[in-house]
Amino acid sequence: MHVPDGFINAPVSLATGVVAAGAVAVSLRGARRELDERTAPLAGLVAAFIFAVQMLNFPVAAGTSGHLLGGALAAILVGPYTGVLCVSVVLLMQGILFADGGLTALGVNITIMAVVTTVVAYAVFRGLVKLLPKKRRSITVSAFIAAVFSVPAAAAAFTFVYAIGGTTDVPIGQVLTAMVGVHVLIGIGEAAITALTVGAVIAVRPDLVYGARGLTAPLKLRVNGELVDAPAAEPAPVAARSPRKVLLAGLAASLVLAGFVSFYASASPDGLEKVAADKGFDSKVEDHAAADSPLADYGIEGIMSSRLSGGLAGVIGVGVTLVAGTGVFWAVRKRRTTETSPSSVPENV
Amino acid sequence: MGAGHAHKLYRHGHSPVHALPPHTKLAAVFAFVIVVVSTPREAMWAFALYALLLASVAYAARVPPGFLLKRLLIEVPFVAFAVLMPFVAQGERVDVLGMSLSVNGLWGAWNVLAKGTLGVAASVLLASTTELRELLLGLQRLKLPPLLVQIASFMIRYGDVIADEMRRMKIARESRGFEARGVRSWGVLAKSAGALFIRSYERGERVHLAMVSRGYAGSMPVIDEVTASRAQWSYALALPVAALVVCVLGWTL
Repeated sequence: MHVPDGFINAPVSLATGVVAAGAVAVSLRGARRELDERTAPLAGLVAAFIFAVQMLNFPVAAGTSGHLLGGALAAILVGPYTGVLCVSVVLLMQGILFADGGLTALGVNITIMAVVTTVVAYAVFRGLVKLLPKKRRSITVSAFIAAVFSVPAAAAAFTFVYAIGGTTDVPIGQVLTAMVGVHVLIGIGEAAITALTVGAVIAVRPDLVYGARGLTAPLKLRVNGELVDAPAAEPAPVAARSPRKVLLAGLAASLVLAGFVSFYASASPDGLEKVAADKGFDSKVEDHAAADSPLADYGIEGIMSSRLSGGLAGVIGVGVTLVAGTGVFWAVRKRRTTETSPSSVPENV
Repeated sequence: MGAGHAHKLYRHGHSPVHALPPHTKLAAVFAFVIVVVSTPREAMWAFALYALLLASVAYAARVPPGFLLKRLLIEVPFVAFAVLMPFVAQGERVDVLGMSLSVNGLWGAWNVLAKGTLGVAASVLLASTTELRELLLGLQRLKLPPLLVQIASFMIRYGDVIADEMRRMKIARESRGFEARGVRSWGVLAKSAGALFIRSYERGERVHLAMVSRGYAGSMPVIDEVTASRAQWSYALALPVAALVVCVLGWTL
């Protein structure tokens, strides 16, 4: 469902617009690296396919029917960069040509439906493919699970955007439960169709499925009656992006969001606090342990300007999260490398 | 592609609005929608004035009101959502016709309905007075990345082809006695979707080869450069500027 104009307030629409533009720029570069000058016709045709497949009706029961959203399918069939690009183009054209989804909400729509769905689906998919044995069946199973997660993730992302920039005070807890609840059901349908479709493509042209690229057995040549590994023609175009760049960009984005955008967020109590106030149970809430910490309630003590203090608190929060997250990540990676290093198997491409 | 390159919403005509360069129209509609969205919802009269502005544009474009109203139906799913708002929103409540409604929710519903409807009406006016190819040229003039515009143009150009292919597959299924009933027929439908993907992708490869054999090297030649005179810009921007005046009045009054 496309978000119309007036649903999300102007500053948050602008912020999501910046996020969407950044994501599209990154995927343009990524797609060009994967497809070089074939990008335009191939991505265009895949976008047309997604546009068409969204019109394909899947009957559910008793006269109701659903249709595919396509984010997870695009991610698995053509890869995350081209997937984001295709779904974004579909949304852009729907907004301009068919008045489907507001023009100011374009950023929200692209961020939620193109970026979040595709990236979540692809991350889950990649993780599962790494874990499961290298078989066709595991590709379809991973596709199913990836699609199951992608749809409620989009619903949760929508709720998050609504929580900071919604124009009505609907209790966020209720919105979250309703959105995620409904979308878990939709996600199961989406997952079934995605898995079946990916399975159908793998059965005919496994080489076309981006997510199944590691699956093909290496080519062997019979030279003088002996099987020899053929020289690798070209490495599969895996996203060869230096993680440092991604990390720096992510850090910069979160700092900007926390430091500057945060003071456009509604200063009125958020939905949960509001429900608490309305129902009168907030008087019973004891301030939790960190309430006297210098960052309590997202402001810094001793700094008068509320904007400055809120922004600073955001920046410090990002820093702390980053340090904690990196620590966990390094610990996990260290353990994993010590576990796998003795029996490391060269990955066949 | 037998239908020409016109899309469903386009309405052929020779009005002054049709004649405006596409990028001025795109910029005007975009600015107008931004102004509408940033208007305070309490200024109800402002939205009436916006509607009046759009009506005058529709009159200048000779788009009949019936056509415009019919296209507004696309908004219906969100109307349903807006109707729910007064029931679920929190805050102070009023009794209307024996139902307890939230004041905040009523304002929220009005906000979404008014701004959403104006946004849809503006987009419909843009789409009904601008040809597809022109729209893409306009996007390119507005400095959208050329690769993105190319992808969009391929999507538009082949959208009907792929949709027709899907329709032919449907006819083929039905002529073999298939009828989609319930979840059990998903397998067949998903196989069709898979086949459709393979056909689209292979068509993309063929299109690319055809383009390369005609000298394509990564960028499309720009044949008709659209430019806009100052008069055309001011004519197109009259809409958002008028809206901006209303918006400023809405904030101050």
